[in-house]
Amino acid sequence: MTIIERQPLAHVGRSVPRRDAHEKLRGAAQFVGDFVVPRMVHGKVLRSPFAHARVVAVDASEAEALPGVVCVLTGDDLTDLDPYWGHAIKDRPIVALDHVRFAGEPVAAVAAEDEATAAAALNAIRVEYEELPVAGTIEQALADDAPILHEGPLRPGLFHGLGELPPREGNVCYRYRIDRGELESVFARADLIVEGEYSFPAVYQYAMETHTVVAQVEGEEITVWSTCQHPFLVRAELADLFAVPLASVRVVVPYLGGGFGSKSYTKMEPLTAALARKAGRPVRIQNRVDESMVTTRRHGMRCRMRTAMTNEGNLVARDVDCWFDTGAYADNGPRVTATGGDAAPGPYRWHAYRVDARCVYTNTGPAGSYRAFGAAHLQWIGESQIDELARRAGLDPLAVRRDNLCLPGEELRNGAKSLDADLIGDVEQAAAAVGWSEPKRANVGRGVSVGLLAAGAHPVSTAIVRLEADGQVVVLVGTTEVGQGPRTVFAQIAAEELGVDVEQVTVRGTDTRFTPYDRSTGASRSTTIAGLAVQRAARQVRDQLEEIAAGDPLEPTAYPELLRRHFGFTGGELIGSGEVAPTGTGSYAEGPVFWEVCVGAAEVEVDPETGVVRVRRTATVADVGRAINPQLVQRQDEGATLQGLGNALFEEMVFEDGQLLNDTLLDYRVPSFADLPNEMTCVIVENEDGPGPYGAKGCGEGALAAIPAAVVNALADVGVPMQELPLTPERVWRRIQTLKEEGKWPR
Amino acid sequence: MIVELQLNGRPVRDDVAPQTLLLDYLRDRHGLTGAKRSCDVQVCGTCTVLVDGLPVSSCCTLVADVDSRDVLTIEGFAELPEFERFERAFVDHAALQCGFCTGGMLLTTKFFLDAGLLGTNEEIRRGLSGNLCRCTGYHGIVEAVAELAGANE
Repeated sequence: MTIIERQPLAHVGRSVPRRDAHEKLRGAAQFVGDFVVPRMVHGKVLRSPFAHARVVAVDASEAEALPGVVCVLTGDDLTDLDPYWGHAIKDRPIVALDHVRFAGEPVAAVAAEDEATAAAALNAIRVEYEELPVAGTIEQALADDAPILHEGPLRPGLFHGLGELPPREGNVCYRYRIDRGELESVFARADLIVEGEYSFPAVYQYAMETHTVVAQVEGEEITVWSTCQHPFLVRAELADLFAVPLASVRVVVPYLGGGFGSKSYTKMEPLTAALARKAGRPVRIQNRVDESMVTTRRHGMRCRMRTAMTNEGNLVARDVDCWFDTGAYADNGPRVTATGGDAAPGPYRWHAYRVDARCVYTNTGPAGSYRAFGAAHLQWIGESQIDELARRAGLDPLAVRRDNLCLPGEELRNGAKSLDADLIGDVEQAAAAVGWSEPKRANVGRGVSVGLLAAGAHPVSTAIVRLEADGQVVVLVGTTEVGQGPRTVFAQIAAEELGVDVEQVTVRGTDTRFTPYDRSTGASRSTTIAGLAVQRAARQVRDQLEEIAAGDPLEPTAYPELLRRHFGFTGGELIGSGEVAPTGTGSYAEGPVFWEVCVGAAEVEVDPETGVVRVRRTATVADVGRAINPQLVQRQDEGATLQGLGNALFEEMVFEDGQLLNDTLLDYRVPSFADLPNEMTCVIVENEDGPGPYGAKGCGEGALAAIPAAVVNALADVGVPMQELPLTPERVWRRIQTLKEEGKWPR
Repeated sequence: MIVELQLNGRPVRDDVAPQTLLLDYLRDRHGLTGAKRSCDVQVCGTCTVLVDGLPVSSCCTLVADVDSRDVLTIEGFAELPEFERFERAFVDHAALQCGFCTGGMLLTTKFFLDAGLLGTNEEIRRGLSGNLCRCTGYHGIVEAVAELAGANE
């Protein structure tokens, strides 16, 4: 164990109360759906009932004639634009032009004086469809005679960030391949090989606040108030779509009611802005839950994997084919596919690996980002194969990991950043927290899992810190408060650098007209990258204060006097700016910015009579370098743990011929209080090995990849290996019956 | 139709369409946006308000059905002296993140505490299971409510 000497810090490392608690607890926090813009009208969206069809004709004349209807937007209103958007691939029209590719795709939108009138007007729009064959699943989309969803070459979007896009192959819109070593010869020499086919279901992020946008268009000036995690990327896409300068688009983001990736990149903003443009008045569109479910979701995935080990327990090779179901439009599918591809081998010292990951169009709602994407898809599969190999070799799964995990500084993927975490220490702590070496009752099992997630996205953030004449500090930074607590963390950082109290620092939401650029809020990047920009901005203010003080002691109580000395007046302010860009050497020049640690453990009990899996204990490791606010770190891991249990145990969007069957919270169940494990432990590891302020690095996603994997391994430890998620009672019970027939149950 | 009710301790009288939902009435007519819309099917609890002290889903309740009754929203609860204790417990345990579910969570907690029904952690988990939270993982909320209830582990 390394003992790290820390310089004492006043605010960083303390669980200071959330700065937004007062507003939020009193119902005073404003969300997009809570305020009214003058002259605002209400928008509703007419959505396709068919999963795949040609749109022959749209007749909105009757709807437009209804009293209270302001206008109806159809594809005919977009002839002056290039109406296609999509940050990865520009494959998606603002509203359907002549082709609908999923059930729920917007075909028209109504703006009316009130919601009831808008809803009535939807029923008065006549649409003639001509149904087309449906590719509702990955298998159907890859079949030789599959209908092709997108003809012609794919156009790269503004932020695909994936180098040169490979050409489309049928319905495969993106392909990501990595390899190392001589795969087949390593497999040929291996003693033990495990292989299998696996599936991961499409799941819904369910941010409780549905996608909501208010848009106003006045000439070239476009203003949107939106539930978006990435306001600056939305701004750029809107500017591109409507062919106006960046400065003409203003994106305002108040508090968000959860995101988890569902509000990353652009979603409902183009449609709302186009409707507002036609209406000549501000328009609000607020999705229902069933509409948000077909706005974005997590990719379903199918995977074929094999892993090889020697009798002595050396992991030597892994071979992975996987197919991500991205739905009718790419959304963030290419990035999800690439991240999944990078996560697939896991953090082990392979002699050889090969990964071939494809992103596949199907006639279902588009799939995009959801917390821990890629890693959540692949980690449970790879980790279950390692446990199976350990069982066959008669080795302790924890020992196999200890012997094969990469060490800090070792190369993980060709050309990528080397490992920046102590994974062996992490997994040992997680195992200990669920009582790894304690005796087990019948039907009780324990599992661990280890993985990594390429985190940080593109490392570009800026921040401005303003020291006001009264000594108060304002931080301007473009990170979205989705619930994770950046306003509190940034206030702690600024307070630390300037020596003021946290309560003296104000951090508000983004308004792209005033707030400086931040690439995005996602990929666990905000504390690390935007936090570093805030730290640098605050240091600039401190430097100015030191210069003004000219050797006098820098007491925060004297700041107003220093400003008076400088400006000769009770006024003025000191402004510091901070920037992070991918320059220089180290984390910000390589990729990824850091590897987010996905380590967890679980103890489960299965009831063989019913197939019900009860999760008794969980442990996750928040390997954060430095916990700027330990309580917020712990709550991030706990939230991700519960979402991980939902993904592992019961969440699944069920499609039939492209139609979503369970589109309400009645039949799409998410975790409730009743699903809490008896014990939930979050181990915070602070090795100061992160590239962020004070050695910090991000967290909040890893647990969502680690927990499903740990639960699957714990269930296999009981004797029930599973290759399909979720682990519903029926599925587990059926597996036990099969095992009985094979004479493998009870083990 | 005319409805008359006590809203956050004050009498109100309004002319409403008979099909008006309590949630829309509170938000649109009175600007009380602390109650949020989410699932629309009485599962998530984020639209919870207290009617004569009992938690109801305002997204599935007609305002006509609360005629002559007593409605308490989170804004009204926040004005009561006892609220401070709730606020302190939720702050101390970081029992909130995005805040979208928080109003409903607090009102449901108030009902169960007033009724003396939250003695143990098991009762807390069962009692609050009609309120979903997607951010916190519930652990902090259980801690905060246990402290309010004086419940022991």
